[in-house]
Amino acid sequence: MSEHKPTSSARSYELAHAEVAHQLPAGGWLDALRREALSRFTRQGFPTRRDEDWKYTSLRPLEQQRFVPSTGAAGEPDAQWLEGLKIENLDAIRLVFVDGFYVAGLSTADELPEGVTVQSLAAVLADEPERLKGQLGAVADQDMHRFAALNTAFVADGAWLHVPADVEVQKPVHLLFVTTADDTPRLVQPRVLVSAERHSRVTLIEHYADPEASTAFSNSVTEISTGEGARVEHYLLQEHGSARYHVGSVHVAQQADSEYVSHNINLGGALVRQDIHPRMLGEGANVVLNGLFLVGDGQHVDNHTRVDHAVPHTGSDEYYKGVLWGKGRAVFNGKVIIHRDAQKTDASQYNGNLLLSPMAEIDTKPELEIYADDVKAAHGATVGQLDEDAMFYLRSRGLDARTAREVLTFAFAGDVVSRMGLAPLRERLEAAIARRLPGGGLA
Amino acid sequence: MLKIKGLKAKVENTPILKGLDLEIGTGEVHAIMGPNGSGKSTLGHVLAGRDGYEVTGGSVEYRGQDLLEMEPEVRAREGLFLAFQYPVEIPGVNNTYLLKAAVNAIRKHRGEAELDAVDFLQLIKQKMKIMDMDESFLSRGVNEGFSGGEKKRNEILQMLLMEPKLAVLDETDSGLDIDALKVVAEGVNALRGGDRSIILVTHYQRLLNYIKPDYVHVLSGGKIVKSGDHTLALELEEHGYDWLKQEAASA
Ligand SMILES: Nc1ncnc2c1ncn2[C@@H]1O[C@H](COP(=O)(O)OP(=O)(O)OP(=O)(O)O)[C@@H](O)[C@H]1O
Ligand SMILES: [Mg+2]
Repeated sequence: MSEHKPTSSARSYELAHAEVAHQLPAGGWLDALRREALSRFTRQGFPTRRDEDWKYTSLRPLEQQRFVPSTGAAGEPDAQWLEGLKIENLDAIRLVFVDGFYVAGLSTADELPEGVTVQSLAAVLADEPERLKGQLGAVADQDMHRFAALNTAFVADGAWLHVPADVEVQKPVHLLFVTTADDTPRLVQPRVLVSAERHSRVTLIEHYADPEASTAFSNSVTEISTGEGARVEHYLLQEHGSARYHVGSVHVAQQADSEYVSHNINLGGALVRQDIHPRMLGEGANVVLNGLFLVGDGQHVDNHTRVDHAVPHTGSDEYYKGVLWGKGRAVFNGKVIIHRDAQKTDASQYNGNLLLSPMAEIDTKPELEIYADDVKAAHGATVGQLDEDAMFYLRSRGLDARTAREVLTFAFAGDVVSRMGLAPLRERLEAAIARRLPGGGLA
Repeated sequence: MLKIKGLKAKVENTPILKGLDLEIGTGEVHAIMGPNGSGKSTLGHVLAGRDGYEVTGGSVEYRGQDLLEMEPEVRAREGLFLAFQYPVEIPGVNNTYLLKAAVNAIRKHRGEAELDAVDFLQLIKQKMKIMDMDESFLSRGVNEGFSGGEKKRNEILQMLLMEPKLAVLDETDSGLDIDALKVVAEGVNALRGGDRSIILVTHYQRLLNYIKPDYVHVLSGGKIVKSGDHTLALELEEHGYDWLKQEAASA
């Protein structure tokens, strides 16, 4: 990686840090962790398009603005709007975060199985910080993911989810992150920490939504560790407002026979960059990565995934689809690294894209790096338009052009949606797709 | 019902229809025969309004309206139906969904109440019986993995549901086994009568034994070069098209 002088924008984050430092939770190991992360970030600075991983995504719009680090909920979300962010027909444990900070009054962290912790990170850091020592920052590779360092430098709140061995959390855990729309462009940096111990099971919904006028920049980091035989199903649902910037990274460390299933759904935002990086460290581990991005005018959505097969007998199955229209731009980069010892790896990856307009653009790049010799690996990417024969066929049966286009777009996206286990989420997604498509709303 | 005058059309800058005249009266059945590549399917597509077919001359009047001005879906709702020579497979779009959407688009256009799921199911089961189709086709993708003959049956099923005023059946008999041919013919005959008109594009006299046409036309080189009654089809079956081409050349 090339050397970077601290850029002026990186320095401005350093200054901003100095201003809010006294409001951040304190503690010996935590202070050291934060200091180290801050100096790492200022040393490296913002990524530029010269960095291979940021080749197609310019952060200039972000660098040109000054974002004020959020130190608490700046306002109260509209109750009715918030109600609409509940996932209908889903009985979930819900934690609500406003501008990155937990709001107990809006949350329902009700009866949990024995020993399970679902809590605000700030509360744990205040009351029993030792529980997080050696865990916070342990999974995220902050050299590879510079924004993870920035998040760590400011770490204050988020969620802490701990599932002890052999426990299955029946209800999904719904973490809802909203922002306040006012005159201040805010930097919101939630941190989610998940530790699923051996043979435990949990479903997590990490959900981002904003009032349409929000101009926040969120930089989220999620660290997940799955113990032997554990299973974590993780929905990442982004319903950002159209002026939002979001950089997020998910880091997973997997022990033997564990499974991590990710559903990454990008529906909004002006500039969105999402990294998902599972590492399989124990034999028999398995990863499923599903993704769907809908990208219209004024949007840029960049998904980078990196799957590390570090040991033998591991599997990964990645399936991403994108629908673009207007002048929408998207990037898909799927790296699969099969390390030298990772014999008998079975890896497959697919990215299909549907361009509804000639102005829309996708850069899709599978990157397979294989250092073992006895492996099965397949990948493919497609970029296509709506099938004109199908369009004409539907219209000749009386469907108007808009409906025909929606029907075919649904058909395209349908198989990603059907890979998602939670029916209420599938329904929410289908409604969102109908709403978001150009022309909007199924007839 | 339909008046085509001097119709000229291009596909990708190649003239295909070169001044075609054809008039279909209400309640009539017309067969159109003709060599491969003569423009029969092109005519069907131009009538149904497919993009990419550029009409460069002539006019088409359908039930007193300028057909060429109408969007494809409006033509369908106004009662024009094209059974495709090559029905399109649309994976991921449920067959029942399409059938119901088609029926309701037409009902809505006519100012009738849309059918609910129960009424629709009753209707579709009745029509599927006529077409001797298994109900399992309802849960499949549109034409997805259907055999050639199954696709053709599905076209006629759509026709029965949409109850068109003018149906253009483009080689619906091709690829059908003998029993299926009878079934399809029954389907067409079930709709025949009253003021419904039908254009049958076919290569074979066989279908015309089951659906007896009022007129038979030969389309060759983008024009109707000969018209007659059902005996013309028998003549063509026996002699092929060469004599017509010679006739046209010497004319
Ligand atoms: N997209 C296209 N580009 C160029 N030529 C085309 C295109 N579509 C059709 N044609 C040509 O137009 C001519 C007429 O085709 P059409 O399908 O109408 O014939 P047809 O009479 O239906 O033939 P068949 O009996 O084989 O079905 C053919 O020569 C065909 O190759
Ligand atoms: Mg043809």
